[in-house]
Amino acid sequence: MEKTDIETRLRDVLVTELGLDAEKINPAANFETDLDVDSLGVVELLMAMEDEFGVKIPDDEAEHIHTVGEAIDLVHQKLNS
Amino acid sequence: MGVITPVGNDLDTFWQSLINGHSGVGPITHFDTTGYRTKIAGEVKDFDPADHFDKREIRRIDPFSQFFLVAGRQALGQAKIAFAPEDADNERAGVMVGAGFGGMGAFIDEVALMLDRGPDRVSPTGIPKIIANMAAGLASIENNLLGPVSCVVTACSASANAIGDAAELIRRGAADVMLAGGSEAAITTYGVAGFNQSRALSVRNDQPSRASRPFDADRDGFVMGEGGGALVLEDRDRALGRGAEIIGEIVGYGMSADAYHITLPRPGGTGAARAMKAAMADAALEPGDISYINAHGTSTEANDATETAAIKIAFGDEAYRVPVSSTKSMTGHILGGAGAVEAIVSLLALNQGLLPPTINQESPDPECDLDYVPNEARRFSGDYAMSNSFGFGGHNVALVLGSARVASTEAT
Repeated sequence: MEKTDIETRLRDVLVTELGLDAEKINPAANFETDLDVDSLGVVELLMAMEDEFGVKIPDDEAEHIHTVGEAIDLVHQKLNS
Repeated sequence: MGVITPVGNDLDTFWQSLINGHSGVGPITHFDTTGYRTKIAGEVKDFDPADHFDKREIRRIDPFSQFFLVAGRQALGQAKIAFAPEDADNERAGVMVGAGFGGMGAFIDEVALMLDRGPDRVSPTGIPKIIANMAAGLASIENNLLGPVSCVVTACSASANAIGDAAELIRRGAADVMLAGGSEAAITTYGVAGFNQSRALSVRNDQPSRASRPFDADRDGFVMGEGGGALVLEDRDRALGRGAEIIGEIVGYGMSADAYHITLPRPGGTGAARAMKAAMADAALEPGDISYINAHGTSTEANDATETAAIKIAFGDEAYRVPVSSTKSMTGHILGGAGAVEAIVSLLALNQGLLPPTINQESPDPECDLDYVPNEARRFSGDYAMSNSFGFGGHNVALVLGSARVASTEAT
């Protein structure tokens, strides 16, 4: 899967599952500071990513996700490894 | 004061429904009732969460908390009270909310998810959505209330306790302003199933608006309602000092326990009578001073006869004089939210000089022989009303409320 496809699907998930504002979502956006995702929201984010892309994201890998771009990269890496 | 109820989502609509005898009971729409003995309830209508909350809040806040928060906004708006984060008197303001269950719908959904998809698929926001104190927590967050914030869970007497406890906190100087009340949203798959199995609910499915008939001989159980009520309680001197419009006064608060059975009231009504007497003693009033009783009046066989007996014990000869009505005949039983909604009814009745009726009075029950204000609203005048609330577990609570007139004029 191409990164652009992942971005499109991730954007949809963030809007529908987490209720985030679609206009604020871009690869540079920081989940905590730009998108107002709190600690509980991070867990929702990981679950939504796992369900959408059929991947497993252990907590130690999840710790490195701060931006939308990093989330896209992690999914891309898992789908293509 | 503020209300979200099956008969109206603002004070005016709510009151007009009650004095016109409109029932809010109808077929259950929240879920498929196939296989259920009871298929009717008093659901809140025309309440779109999107009118009040953003998308994330809707996902994270159970309807029971939504009902209280919106009722609270109405109440604070009417009281013209708003606290900013930097206000110094935030610490003198708090919240006390009663709930019978809490987020029952969220609990059902999360357990179903866990059983279906496993323990690592439940929502991280499930627990804060479910816990019964979250309406209070959310109200404190939303309104910057930094003082006493708590929750009472005493089944169907919860929000009467919440109002009484909040008034006590002000009375003993622990707070100046308390947002008090309660809410419930238990018209859910398990809520109806569970009450059905305890044989507590009416099964008059073909006549929803006639199903809740407190004190009538043909009553066959209570009808579930949902919603919430909120009142702003304020220290009298503070309210007078800022020129607030005073709606009424919490003048008496009485509690007792039946210590008898998990769901049934103690026969003879001695437990409930003690709560009523305690409330009148707290208010330094006599039965002759009380002009209206808003009954617990659930429409169950056991409650209505027992409550009638209790009123006779507590009021003596005055029992046949004082009008008693159950507005649950129209709202259904809002469980943990009932006490707050009915305290509001009592204050509206005093200030409007109108008694809301008990509808569906068709077949007199010899055991229920008081004046239940049958079927039609009635003019009256008086300054004190009692509101009764009793809960599974044997909780008995009575509040005595004073009119705007006495609250504004009596000596402190």
